[in-house]
Amino acid sequence: METVIKTRTIKDKLIFEFENSKLFLFGSTQLRDNAMESFYKQGIPTRKHEEYKYTRVDLMLKGEFDFSTNKNCSDAQIQPLKFLKDAYVVVIENGVFVEGSSNVENLPKGLTVCSLVDAEKSNSPVFEKHYAQYADVKTDPFIALNTAMTKDGAFIHIAKNVIIEKPIHIIHISTTSVNTIIHPRNLIVIDENAQAKIIESFETISATAKTVSNALTEIVVDKNAIVDHYKIQDEKELGYLVNTTQVIQQRQSVFSTHTFTLSGSLVRNNLTVVLDDEHIESHLNGLYLTVGNQVVDNHTVVDHRKPNCNSNELYKGIIEGKSTATFNGKIFVRKDAQKTNAFQSNKNILLSLAGTINTKPQLEIYADDVKCSHGSTTGKLDEAKIFYLRARGIGLVNAKKLLMHAFASEVVNTIKIEALREYVEEKISKTFE
Amino acid sequence: MLSIKNLHASIDGKEILKGINLEIKEGEVHAIMGPNGSGKSTLAAVLAGRSEYDVTEGEIIYNGKNLLELEAEDRAREGVFLAFQYPVEIPGVSNINFLKTAIGEIRAYKGLEPIKAKDFLMMLKEKQELVEIDRALVRRSINEGFSGGEKKRNEIFQMAMLEPKLSILDETDSGLDIDALRIVANGVNKLKSEENATIIITHYQRLLDYIIPDFVHILHNGKIVKSGLKELALELEEKGYDFIKEEVEA
Repeated sequence: METVIKTRTIKDKLIFEFENSKLFLFGSTQLRDNAMESFYKQGIPTRKHEEYKYTRVDLMLKGEFDFSTNKNCSDAQIQPLKFLKDAYVVVIENGVFVEGSSNVENLPKGLTVCSLVDAEKSNSPVFEKHYAQYADVKTDPFIALNTAMTKDGAFIHIAKNVIIEKPIHIIHISTTSVNTIIHPRNLIVIDENAQAKIIESFETISATAKTVSNALTEIVVDKNAIVDHYKIQDEKELGYLVNTTQVIQQRQSVFSTHTFTLSGSLVRNNLTVVLDDEHIESHLNGLYLTVGNQVVDNHTVVDHRKPNCNSNELYKGIIEGKSTATFNGKIFVRKDAQKTNAFQSNKNILLSLAGTINTKPQLEIYADDVKCSHGSTTGKLDEAKIFYLRARGIGLVNAKKLLMHAFASEVVNTIKIEALREYVEEKISKTFE
Repeated sequence: MLSIKNLHASIDGKEILKGINLEIKEGEVHAIMGPNGSGKSTLAAVLAGRSEYDVTEGEIIYNGKNLLELEAEDRAREGVFLAFQYPVEIPGVSNINFLKTAIGEIRAYKGLEPIKAKDFLMMLKEKQELVEIDRALVRRSINEGFSGGEKKRNEIFQMAMLEPKLSILDETDSGLDIDALRIVANGVNKLKSEENATIIITHYQRLLDYIIPDFVHILHNGKIVKSGLKELALELEEKGYDFIKEEVEA
């Protein structure tokens, strides 16, 4: 007699793991149960799912997975990833805060940097007020899954009127030797009239197996606050990253975010910025360089809910090899949001015949007195420019490199931290080698 | 230095150059004049190595080398310089980075050591003064937002930096007011030497008041139909291109 063993799907395995590891999961039971139920209803998106049709997240979740969050790498290995010499550094390894590797001692007054676990333990009222309030589990299965299964991450709070000049750098590292799924989560709260610069980088160190990182960051930008936010995604071939960034902005605040996708087998960004009051300014910049079989998908939502706000979005990409890049930019202008200015631009250079670009602007405008525009272009490198450079003695390869740099520079130049700009420029140069 | 023999060239199957013959020696300045559509800019493009043009017949020997076998960048490295009629704008590439890269590659090609940063900066300053170009322009992206005159001046500045042996000025005078024309001409004159040669392509005689040519050639319908000394340019200015057409067709 034969025994039939039913293969469990990844969804089953996630639910099994959820039930089994309840003691180690983060957040209130009710919140997690609710999130898991929502995940169960939504399931893993397939290509039939409108929001995921260009990015086969279901394929990246095939095979066996582990859920461990063990620490594997040494401080010496982490050191080179601290590329900003003068910064407060938070290290999150395999989804868990590593105090020993972080540099968060002697924090100035008004700045809190700690793990989510510690924030909860200390009964921080800021944490209690804001945790899991913005990324809605019903809107996306990865938000639901992260909310249900996260174990830890960073909590950053900048108190009212405080200006933190040094950048705060959150380093996410995956260091696994078996296929692993992790769910790191950060909460960043910038109070009224405060200012901060925050960098999130995503890296792998000596990973020998696939890591699927389902990372989520919520950012609260209170009245008059000014926040500069950067994501540097560089997880190499074994990295699979679904990165949700949920931002809420209050009156007269300015929020700028910059997403640099430099490597990774699959990177899916879900960036949502909600402009929840008047006189808000939002900037969304992005640059993706894709090679080989890479898949990079940027989904952005700019939600204008109130009048007199400005948003400006610029995403650029250079696509090589058989890689696929997707840009889907939604702009909502709600009924009340009169006098909105909302601009969006997506420009791509396609260097190979086998590469694919999907670009889709989506404007939904319910107010009548607004200025909105969007545009997208996909082209090759300009032959006239190449010839001009060659006519001065610059070889074809370098001429193309110069032009790719020039194309990327419009986004790179929006980086306000000099050391970070240099770091990104160097990374881009290496990509073009 | 340059010997063009029976050069025929076409673009998209249409023949533009129909048998050009031209000999240029070190130290000489040659003016090539002709009406619109006579093939002046095609000749410049073929010399610089633009790949859209097909050379169907003839040869170009430059310093003993078959120029047509060299890629555009190698021609530049061998000392051929084209001052473009319509220089392109390249936002995001600074003039300085561009020139540093170009000089670096030219020196590497010649087997020379890379230029020292200090020497490069000194050269930059010296040549800026020589061609009277604003320092602020040099620090900007290549031609980005430059006026027509500033673009032409930038071409001459690049010429000064790269120190070519054979310079081809393709309608460098077009769109220049008289002040800008004098500055550009002055720059070209200062760069002239016994070792290098210049080809000036122009529709009008005016530039030749400031850069005195040794020879003037008149291009008509893809051929050099008349060659002479600098007086030929004046005659042409006076009588207009129709006199050439009449002469040729008579």
